[in-house]
Amino acid sequence: MIHEYLIQLLTIISIYAIAVTSLNLTMGFTGLINLGHMVFFGIGAYASALLTLNGVPWYFAMLIAGILASVLGIAIAAITARLKGDYLAMVTLGLVFIAIAVSRNWISLTRGALGLPGVPDIIRNNFYYMVLCMSIAGICIFIFYKLINSQTGRVFQAIRDDETAAAVLGKNTYFYKIISMAVSTFFAAIAGSLLVHHINFIDPTIFDLEFLVVIVTILVAGGLASIKGSVISVFALLALSEAMRFVLVSPALIGPVREMMFEVILILILLFKPKGIFGKVDV
Amino acid sequence: MLSLNNICKSFGGVKAVDRCSFKTEENEITSLIGPNGAGKTTIFNIISGLTNPDSGTIRLLNKDITGMPAYKIAQSGISRTFQLTKVFRNVTVKDNLLIAKNTSEAEMKKMLESVYLHKPLDAIASELSYGQQRLLEIARALLKPHALLMLDEPTAGVNPRVRQELKLILKNLKKQGKTILLIEHDMDFVMDISDKVIVMNEGKVLREGKPKDIVKDKKVLEAYLGK
Ligand SMILES: Nc1ncnc2c1ncn2[C@@H]1O[C@H](COP(=O)(O)OP(=O)(O)OP(=O)(O)O)[C@@H](O)[C@H]1O
Ligand SMILES: [Mg+2]
Repeated sequence: MIHEYLIQLLTIISIYAIAVTSLNLTMGFTGLINLGHMVFFGIGAYASALLTLNGVPWYFAMLIAGILASVLGIAIAAITARLKGDYLAMVTLGLVFIAIAVSRNWISLTRGALGLPGVPDIIRNNFYYMVLCMSIAGICIFIFYKLINSQTGRVFQAIRDDETAAAVLGKNTYFYKIISMAVSTFFAAIAGSLLVHHINFIDPTIFDLEFLVVIVTILVAGGLASIKGSVISVFALLALSEAMRFVLVSPALIGPVREMMFEVILILILLFKPKGIFGKVDV
Repeated sequence: MLSLNNICKSFGGVKAVDRCSFKTEENEITSLIGPNGAGKTTIFNIISGLTNPDSGTIRLLNKDITGMPAYKIAQSGISRTFQLTKVFRNVTVKDNLLIAKNTSEAEMKKMLESVYLHKPLDAIASELSYGQQRLLEIARALLKPHALLMLDEPTAGVNPRVRQELKLILKNLKKQGKTILLIEHDMDFVMDISDKVIVMNEGKVLREGKPKDIVKDKKVLEAYLGK
């Protein structure tokens, strides 16, 4: 019983680890205020669900989901990259509301608020599915480490710190911002895909802003521009959130209290430790 | 090397640069001087592609670079620093340099030594003093492959010791025969180091010539001291 419970937790932790580290790539390392991260996650989940429900093999569906999200990510970055200031933040936040509206109203595709049940398992055995999720998370984190420590990753960080200075050193900052978004959104969709095959169901609530708050809280608590921080933070905060289950007597309280927990942590971190636990960059 | 032809730029009603033309020669130090607001920094921004001129053309190494994006102009051979220093704050000294050029630790250390910056490569840039950040910015600009180096008031806003070091650095660069376009307020220093001086006032080139001719010029004195 407890064993099965741990398997569930580690599966979710792996999926969140992909979601948070990929957000760190854009927000932490490149300085792109991307508030639509969970839209790419949700698109990955929907694409994967729809494709596998129509008989496409899961690995193929996952790949297409990643590419779809990535194409949208590239488009958003291309539109906003030349604009100054926080346009990306506004556009990506707008994207959240568009995603909610589309997923609720494009009934013929998404069945609207009813959602899509019966999304097939990739692997029946939960233990092996956990191993799959952990492996993909490991690959993803490895790729991020390699990327961050490459010349490309250096340019990402230069753009975050001073885009003008990066440009006069001969870097096409426009191109690099697009690359950052392309990679980040691809992996967000992979995470979404893994989640939907885990819970075998998806509905428009995947785009809810609460989800974004959770992901951003984990990111900021671990620290911007620290992959290690993100991973540790995912473990710590999800474990803490799970612990609520044992502390709270009334099951009806669990949902709201957890939500509040993330909001409180976010505010506390911003007030007292804006660099997060392992971060190198101020929020 | 670099030639500006009839460059104009207005911000709203302000004519920041007004029909500006001049040339820099290879292996020479050309200095831009002029009172505050004369348009010197705006000229730098136009040359490096950060600001588009309203009219006029810029040629670098016989290539028209007018209107090209900043990164392409940088790739065409211009390296520059800023009046208010711009380092990459949250990364190490080493990463600041590696962005300019993917090179060996030995070359980076040599470069830091040549600009009198005695800091380890793994120090975070934001932990450096302002003067040290300026030295780092110059090291970075020097490391970036370039034909022309542009320095916007390198000795401004730093303590006297760093100021002396910066003057030494510039003298060393002159010895190496570097081609430099310099904005500088310290007159004695400018007259000492420059091969050519261009005096700007209210966006216009007022005078252009050898230092010894400029110091004697009445118009230049007027621009600086008022009539
Ligand atoms: N982005 C801008 N928007 C509006 N006005 C500007 C802008 N940049 C420069 N100016 C104006 O253009 C004029 C020239 O400014 P510039 O910074 O080029 O002068 P400068 O010669 O570098 O002066 P300083 O010695 O003080 O650095 C000034 O009147 C300035 O206020
Ligand atoms: Mg200036």
